[in-house]
Amino acid sequence: MNTIFGIPTPALYGQILIGLINGSFYAMLSLGLAVIFGLLRVINFAHGAQYMLGAFAAYLLLNWLGINYWLALVLAPLAVGVVAVIIERTMLSRLYGVDHLYGLLLTFGLALILEGAFRYWFGAAGQPYAAPAQLTGAVNLGFMFMPVYRGWVVIASLVICIGTWLLIEKTRLGAYLRAATENATLVQAFGVNVPLLLTLTYGLGAALAALAGVLAAPIYQVSPLMGTNLIIIVFAVVVVGGMGSILGAIVTGYVLGVLEGLTKVFYPEASSIVIFVIMAIVLLVRPAGLFGREE
Amino acid sequence: MAVGTEYLAEQPKLRTSAIVLGAVAIAALLVAPFFFYPVLLMSILCFALFACAFNLLIGYVGLLSFGHAAFFGGAAYFTAHAAKVWGWEPLAAILLGVVGAAAMGLVMGFLAIRRQGIYFAMITLALSQMFAFICLQVPFTHGEDGIQGVPRGHLLGILDLNQPLTMYYVTLAIFLFGFFAIWRIVHSPFGNILKAIRENERRAISLGYRVDRYKLGAFVMSAALAGLAGGTKAIVFQFATLTDVAWQMSGEVILMTLLGGIGTLIGPVVGAGLVIALQKYLAASDFPVTVLIGIIFVICVLLFRRGIVGEILEFTKRRSKSAA
Amino acid sequence: MSSAPLLEVRGLNAWYGESHVLHGVDLDIREGETVTLLGRNGAGKTTTLRAIMGILRRREGVIRLRGKDLLSLPLHKVAQAGIGYVPEERGIFASLNVSENLTLPPTVSDGGMSVEEIYTLFPNLHERRSSQGTKLSGGEQQMLAIARVLRTGAKVILLDEPTEGLAPVIVQRIGDVLVALKKRGMTILLVEQNFRFAKKVADRFYLMEDGRMVNSFPGHELDARMDELHEVLGV
Repeated sequence: MNTIFGIPTPALYGQILIGLINGSFYAMLSLGLAVIFGLLRVINFAHGAQYMLGAFAAYLLLNWLGINYWLALVLAPLAVGVVAVIIERTMLSRLYGVDHLYGLLLTFGLALILEGAFRYWFGAAGQPYAAPAQLTGAVNLGFMFMPVYRGWVVIASLVICIGTWLLIEKTRLGAYLRAATENATLVQAFGVNVPLLLTLTYGLGAALAALAGVLAAPIYQVSPLMGTNLIIIVFAVVVVGGMGSILGAIVTGYVLGVLEGLTKVFYPEASSIVIFVIMAIVLLVRPAGLFGREE
Repeated sequence: MAVGTEYLAEQPKLRTSAIVLGAVAIAALLVAPFFFYPVLLMSILCFALFACAFNLLIGYVGLLSFGHAAFFGGAAYFTAHAAKVWGWEPLAAILLGVVGAAAMGLVMGFLAIRRQGIYFAMITLALSQMFAFICLQVPFTHGEDGIQGVPRGHLLGILDLNQPLTMYYVTLAIFLFGFFAIWRIVHSPFGNILKAIRENERRAISLGYRVDRYKLGAFVMSAALAGLAGGTKAIVFQFATLTDVAWQMSGEVILMTLLGGIGTLIGPVVGAGLVIALQKYLAASDFPVTVLIGIIFVICVLLFRRGIVGEILEFTKRRSKSAA
Repeated sequence: MSSAPLLEVRGLNAWYGESHVLHGVDLDIREGETVTLLGRNGAGKTTTLRAIMGILRRREGVIRLRGKDLLSLPLHKVAQAGIGYVPEERGIFASLNVSENLTLPPTVSDGGMSVEEIYTLFPNLHERRSSQGTKLSGGEQQMLAIARVLRTGAKVILLDEPTEGLAPVIVQRIGDVLVALKKRGMTILLVEQNFRFAKKVADRFYLMEDGRMVNSFPGHELDARMDELHEVLGV
């Protein structure tokens, strides 16, 4: 059997793939956090709960209404986006004038409510969600067998990330978003309905988290706690990458996911903390983050 | 984010009434165990001290730490281990918890003060989560089980802490010690510089203060006091578990402080009392505690950001202003 | 001269936080007119523009465009009512390229210039249309800031110190642009420290002091009043 540094290569490739999968979720979630933060100046603690809501929406659509995975990929983000729009209109929008920390506290409270309610209804244990029939099985890549669903997740997340990036960098809506991130008052003085833009951005960010949740459902189990534990790691990813650059958030997400996977191979005990350790090192060397601007 | 307490010092009349109020409160605390369960009271005292320690940072320096559970729970582990495995005398074991929490505060603070505002909150949260992962893995914390059956022992070899009343008064003494330590810090020249940093960091820098050192100093003190609360908790309840270091615990202490009043001296005490009492009350029903905590968070942030005590102070302030 | 003013400001008071900065400002601009606000630094000229736009929110009094109340409108509706704003700091966005900066403000009515017309008027901008907005020179940024509101079809333009810190040849260029805009029937409210520049375009002057309008006179009287102005403005 082939080995690299004494590690059997299939195990190595396997962990790199798992790292890439985790990285896909880090990238999608930190992307949404960065977009929301850029415009609203709110760290959306509920992002993890919205991811969990996406996964649960897919699960409930299937089990209650018999609606399949592919439709859930559209419906779940839509539903979570609508919930987020309501949250922004009724609560978050009241906090734009005050210290940004209150936005974090509000969304933390919302995360607790959502998480607590789902744990109350469904218990803390995870619920299985089967991958759609079209994406089951595995393909032989020559050097390893890759489950089709995992390959799909990596590709889908890349498409989502690049799509979001293009939306922000290349469209008119994106231009409004970038400009308002710099100077919201002036953009509004030009006649752009900035309050509406804020609402849409929060809805879009939350929908993105929900979409990630649907993608995650067949890989991780659907459980009320799946989001918050993940979001804390994503916070570290965001600190490492800095929130100044959308592309930076995406790249950092994938790279840290793979690094975490590699740690699992070479020093498994440290795999759960390696991202935090990297965050600490980045803070020492480059406090603004790898792609960040000091504010 | 804070409501000034300096205001009290400027008003001689209010100051007298504050002293009277304080004396009444201490008297009430002395007789309280004859009316309420000492265990509930001790729980409130430990969390009140924890919240006061947290408030030192957010209320007087304007730094929101989302990782204070690491100090509270870390100290609980250190104290529990020293008392149970090494057979240390309880006060020494608690002191070890304080020193350990302060050392952790030094490391975490050193990293976290490199960023401000929202980033500071995220970094402290991430670092405390890392500490929670470490606690899950290292052998001395006993993983999911935690350290159980910690002996209360004899304080200084004399006072038997297994007597509930003795334990209560020792806890009360520790709480009062911590509370007055915070009061002293806040009203010292050091505390005034902290408040200056909170109001306008750039200005404090241009005045020649090495702001980072003051922030780090405050962070370490806050961590040490949170450690005092956590160590005491480990002796009182005779266990230390992962719950104490989890992010939910950091969230709870934020809520206690927010509910009572950020930047007020007694707000965190009031908030801790309310939250603990609520949890106790809800434990009997099947309503999920997390949901309630979340709801209180949302209500506080949207409707009364000054907290209960902060709103009362603001009210009396406005009344005395209009009377003048 | 008897027609109703296009933009009408009556007894405008405004506050920055607690400090009261405008004290009953009255101002009339008729259609097609160019009016210039003069005054020392801190007299309230920029504040007047910001209060009209609604960027400064704490206001009392009357602001009307074609008789339509502007004071009660949310910020983004003011521009939509037909006012273009060129701020003193120019407000070019660093994360947008020149062409994105140019097309950022939404069209508010018909009759605005097309992008082609604008590029004909400002050939430099066309050349640098894919550059990052803030990589332009100061003069080019000012051109861009003006060009940006021409596209929207706004009939009234508020221009805050367009010549500040620019070389004479650029100032000349901007002067030409304003004359061209006047010819197109544009109504302009200009804040300007440069008399010679203002004289070329202004039909009327208002003089501000301490947040109040203290005087107003037609453009041709500027030379005759020079001494008086020098005294008030301390230049």
